[in-house]
Amino acid sequence: MDWSILQQYGPALLKGFGNTVLCWLLGTVFGMALGLVIALLQRYGSRWLNWIIQVYIEVIRGTPFLVQLFVLYYGGPLIGLRLDALPAGLLGLTIYGSPYFAEIFRSGFRGVPHGQIEAARAIGMSEPAIVRRILLPLGLVSSLPALVNFSIILTKETVILSIITVPELMYQVQRMSTETFRYVEANLVLALFFWALVEAISRVGRRLETHVTKHLIERT
Amino acid sequence: MFSIPVFLESFWPLFWAARYTVLISVLGIALGLVIGTLICAARLSPYRWLHRFAALWVSFLRGVPLLVQLLVFYYALPVIGLDVPALAAAVITVGVCASAYISEIWRGAIAALPKGQAEAAVAIGMTPRDVWARIILPQAFTLSLPALVNELILLVKASSLVSVVGILEITRASQAQAATTFRPLEVYIAAACCYLLLNLCLAALGRYLEHRTAV
Repeated sequence: MDWSILQQYGPALLKGFGNTVLCWLLGTVFGMALGLVIALLQRYGSRWLNWIIQVYIEVIRGTPFLVQLFVLYYGGPLIGLRLDALPAGLLGLTIYGSPYFAEIFRSGFRGVPHGQIEAARAIGMSEPAIVRRILLPLGLVSSLPALVNFSIILTKETVILSIITVPELMYQVQRMSTETFRYVEANLVLALFFWALVEAISRVGRRLETHVTKHLIERT
Repeated sequence: MFSIPVFLESFWPLFWAARYTVLISVLGIALGLVIGTLICAARLSPYRWLHRFAALWVSFLRGVPLLVQLLVFYYALPVIGLDVPALAAAVITVGVCASAYISEIWRGAIAALPKGQAEAAVAIGMTPRDVWARIILPQAFTLSLPALVNELILLVKASSLVSVVGILEITRASQAQAATTFRPLEVYIAAACCYLLLNLCLAALGRYLEHRTAV
């Protein structure tokens, strides 16, 4: 083992790490937004729309992320969708995450007691107001643990972006290892980076959960 | 634009390559079930260092991306003198990674079992081994079946990553196909269809097993 290469490649690694965090953050935020839209459409849309959404969810969940990226990045130009690696990767992450997030939101919405919504209707709230003030606050709280869980899974999916040459941490590490032939050190560094990142996110997530679900714990 | 004949033609090499996808997924989940059960037992054991080891195992393997684990295994094993073929490295990595998830699935299922079951078994004089083999594990298996099928589907998709160590499974075959035909869109969509087909079969199998073992 020879760790001196870390000095030379340190800045590149940190930059890659920054890109990894950026991809994860944007991918999660956009994926969640798209997932929320899908879940709401599923709840309020027509039967046909529901059927289309169901097919979308099954197809995205049933195919590997790597294959989806290939379709998007290498197949996209054939139908006029020409994207750089980073935007293509972000779009891919968003699409990949959206059905999972949609399912999480859907089960969160289903957990909202029906009486609450009926009560809101009875006092004459409009449907958008019910969504905004009853469905979203209650549903989001109960789906938070699952949301955190899936965000962590997405962190690890970001390494796959390196295969379509998004310059994130994995990409930098591979460059470093092919230039120096130090595969073991490079990949161990990578493993430790990710372990630290995931542990940090899951700790923050647990804090957030206990904070948001405080009111759910019965006072005795 | 999208050409149907190219799309249909690219299925054959992909079907042929699918046997490696199936092989890696099946061996991976078998290995994962064995190691996962051991890790779960260690996690639940009263010995502190065993418990700690299992917790570390799960945290590390769940915290590190599979692609990274694969490269660590593939490049690190020869350094310590174990020159394994790519296929073995792939199966070991997939199995070890699955073991962390499976041990957590088991743990959840065992925690959900009524405590009285194990207590009653002890009370009528069953040995600890019998309690595990005849009371806890069979019931936990039934309970955890949906989660296990879910994990298996994830594994099939994760097996696309082993293409980076040079195993000719569906993804690798489709890359080669795309490179020779210059029709990436058709070929990769065909690859996606192959995976979808495999996973729909697995989901059907899961529903069947759930139906069979329902109490």
